[in-house]
Amino acid sequence: MTAKIGVITFPGTLDDQDAARAAKYAGAEAVPLWHADADLRGVDAVIVPGGFSYGDYLRCGAIARFAPVMGPVIEAAAKGMPILGICNGFQILCEAGLLPGALVRNHELHFVCRDQWLKVENTSTAWSTRYDKGAEILVPLKSGEGGYVAERDTLAELEGEGRVVFRYVGGNPNGSLNDIAGITDARGRVVGLMPHPEHAIDALTGPSDDGLGMFFSAIDALVKA
Amino acid sequence: MTANKADNTDTVKHAEATPETAQPYRELGLKDDEYQRIREILGRRPTDAELAMYSVMWSEHCSYKSSKVHLSYFGKTTTEQMRSKMLAGIGENAGVVDIGDGWAVTFKVESHNHPSYVEPYQGAATGVGGIVRDIMAMGARPLAVMDSLRFGPADAPDTRRVLPGVVAGVGGYGNCLGLPNIGGEVVFDSTYLGNPLVNALCVGAMRVEDLHLAHASGTGNKIILFGARTGLDGIGGVSVLASDTFSGDETTAGRKKLPSVQVGDPFMEKVLIECCLELFREGIVVGIQDLGGAGLSCATSELASAGDGGMHVNLDRVPLRAKGMTPAEILSSESQERMCAVVKPSDVDAFMRVCAKWDVTATEIGEVTETGRLVITWHDEVVVDVPPRTVAHEGPVYNRPVARPAEQDSLQQPIELPRPSTSDLRDLVLRMAGSHNLSSRGWVTDQYDRYVRGGTVLSQPSDSGMIRIDEESGRGVALSVDCNGRYCKLDPYTGAQLALAEAYRNVAVSGATPVAVTNCLNFGSPEDPGVMWQFEQAVRGLADGCVELGIPVTGGNVSFYNQTGSTAILPTPVVGVLGVIDDVRRRIPTGIGAEAGETLLLLGTTSDEFGGSEWAHVVHGSLSGLPPKVDLAHEMLLAEILRAGSRDGMVSAAHDLAEGGLAQAIVEACLIGQTGARIFLDSEQDPFVQLFSESTGRVIVAVPRTEELRFTDMLTARSMPWRKLGVVDPESKALEIQDVATFALEELANAWQGTLPALFH
Repeated sequence: MTAKIGVITFPGTLDDQDAARAAKYAGAEAVPLWHADADLRGVDAVIVPGGFSYGDYLRCGAIARFAPVMGPVIEAAAKGMPILGICNGFQILCEAGLLPGALVRNHELHFVCRDQWLKVENTSTAWSTRYDKGAEILVPLKSGEGGYVAERDTLAELEGEGRVVFRYVGGNPNGSLNDIAGITDARGRVVGLMPHPEHAIDALTGPSDDGLGMFFSAIDALVKA
Repeated sequence: MTANKADNTDTVKHAEATPETAQPYRELGLKDDEYQRIREILGRRPTDAELAMYSVMWSEHCSYKSSKVHLSYFGKTTTEQMRSKMLAGIGENAGVVDIGDGWAVTFKVESHNHPSYVEPYQGAATGVGGIVRDIMAMGARPLAVMDSLRFGPADAPDTRRVLPGVVAGVGGYGNCLGLPNIGGEVVFDSTYLGNPLVNALCVGAMRVEDLHLAHASGTGNKIILFGARTGLDGIGGVSVLASDTFSGDETTAGRKKLPSVQVGDPFMEKVLIECCLELFREGIVVGIQDLGGAGLSCATSELASAGDGGMHVNLDRVPLRAKGMTPAEILSSESQERMCAVVKPSDVDAFMRVCAKWDVTATEIGEVTETGRLVITWHDEVVVDVPPRTVAHEGPVYNRPVARPAEQDSLQQPIELPRPSTSDLRDLVLRMAGSHNLSSRGWVTDQYDRYVRGGTVLSQPSDSGMIRIDEESGRGVALSVDCNGRYCKLDPYTGAQLALAEAYRNVAVSGATPVAVTNCLNFGSPEDPGVMWQFEQAVRGLADGCVELGIPVTGGNVSFYNQTGSTAILPTPVVGVLGVIDDVRRRIPTGIGAEAGETLLLLGTTSDEFGGSEWAHVVHGSLSGLPPKVDLAHEMLLAEILRAGSRDGMVSAAHDLAEGGLAQAIVEACLIGQTGARIFLDSEQDPFVQLFSESTGRVIVAVPRTEELRFTDMLTARSMPWRKLGVVDPESKALEIQDVATFALEELANAWQGTLPALFH
């Protein structure tokens, strides 16, 4: 059975084709999901890709979170479906309450596009089992509002439960608290991160192929389930 | 007044009845004889709306009235052979080139200089937006953007205002639009202080059969306006009409006080792109045109004159976002993110369904007629009734005086500048690497998304930007935009050829085959005979160069009046070259160290050439003499050798020598590849000349040691001058220039990368 990974397109989504390509590279079938349809089309996992959904007007992810497709996504998450939010997708998952905290404007106040080293800290989520704990991976980061913030208690809970999945190394690019690049929910099924693993699947078009591990991990998680 | 009583609109009927009414044509930029010509064409005075249309369409920007007589030289010199791969050329929204395997590529550069000085963020943002719509109007999916930017001195206070705004605007719009920014230029020179240059390039691709040319044909076909609503932004000069007609109270801050620079909404444009592409896929678009400068005036008159009949437009149907807009304002509004399509009546419903899916407002505003005239109505009265070609294509043509400036001779006299001794060269290498024009552009380009869409193979700081077009075959294109304004000032004919040679070489060093040229010709006032001489020389140099290289100019843009007071900018003919590569996996990277054990070779000949050099500029603030010689036959040979090297896997890296000479090129090759090297100089030639001369047609090539003999045999067999330059040294983490100096890579990186952040952070 081929795993089916859904990729949502909102108006203003930009990296949907890239996410679909990454899912295919890893051996899954990529299924396009449309923001206006409250239908996950029988997929086994969902990627909420990057971009500027609804122009990031009001606040990043604040409008997308109310799109019809998000209802079934939230329901599926409750049942443990693997869900990955990348960049704007991470912001949307935070707005939707699937992940704690929020993303704010970079501390240097401008958009940053760079090849970023990340340390993998949690290798038991649905999206990170293919990595070695402590491994350093090189993945593009490209965002203007990537600074991760959360209440002190929330931060302590995330750290205490080992729910920080990826941490920036070699310099904090955006002012994220505790150098946090990506986190997971309490069950380790929903993961959100600011950097773009879908742009690191082939050294021809990215800085490495280190990002593929996330998509392979999800397929492993689906086979086991 | 017997104007339309409802709103004082100046109708055709009213214009016929009131021939003596004084009209503010001079305020709209029309000359007495131009106004007279409009009256002759129409056989009466124009209405306000007609006057607005003619004045914007006959402006320098839209009509090319000062440049036309010179630009025709491109057409005259283009041979059938050069034209063979061209699917659309000058005169269309953008040039289109057949790149093989059924793919067509379209690309174009356009200036947005003046708006970017007034309002840097929006000026630059809407510059990107406009060029992207030009590419869409050819039926292509836009794939990448590039920007050629020029500012005043990097440390001037106003540059601190303009540059961050322009960079944020290019990034803010392009990033949100989802197009990778794959390169460009950032250049500083005092002549651009009051007149920065923002030239935006977009490249797109389509299947050959999907090419859509802008024309309105087929009587009864519907004209659909879609995208953003029409507002009062970007109206500029036309407000003088409004204040006239409205007997307006000009003392109150009212609706006429909106800024004349347009405001962009990149989200709207992204949705518009996807909507257009779906419309193209459905095959329900007969003709399409973007709304850019001159808005609906331009779109309706151009569509109608390129078609086979006339057009009727009902302005009442145009969705507006401001109250009380006059027909003249609606016709000249430059509100962004709008497109105009010609659609068969039977396809209108399907068209509307696609627009609704993307939440894009779409309105039928008129239809194609067989009257041969463009007729526009407002409140059931005719406000425009003109032959469309007289608006769009038959504007005034000027043969302006051309005169070689008197000071050109003295400018070309070389000034003897004191040269450094060998012991000074270490400091000079570092100083040049960190100089304003040679230092890393990373602070700028790191604010642009270069990854989106997943097709970027090369981007800044590589010599060219390269994107994959076909994921199966790996077919792709490379692009470079270049110009050295100081060379052009010294000799505009040679300077334009040097820009062409540089862009051609940049494409070739990445392994691609150059196939087509576009340009953006930025000059001072055409009313200055000296500027017109520069322009004429540059056009001739570029056109003659293209003939020699055998590649056509497929399109371009002219921007005049780039000056502060009576001081013109350096003549800046920015040249863009497009190259094709069969398989992007064979690209040649710029940085060394990709393979273990590489030998470095220097291809080309180094002469004592410092006229217009970066060294003369940085160290002596001097501009004199003649620019480096250009040898296009040699450039072609170089390109063939690099292509062979890429195809046969003989070359593992290559970097062209440009401003700053060999010293700068080897520093960059090391830093981009994050790998050290040891090089040695020729004992027969002055080390300073070898390191800093800007002789053209030179490339540093890294070859795997196993391929060295095969490659050098080919160089010798093909009579390409070369010498062994040194070796790549991955262990040392240093650049050693034997008998001159050794630099830790970290020291070079600090010098090269520290400059722009320190200035603009």
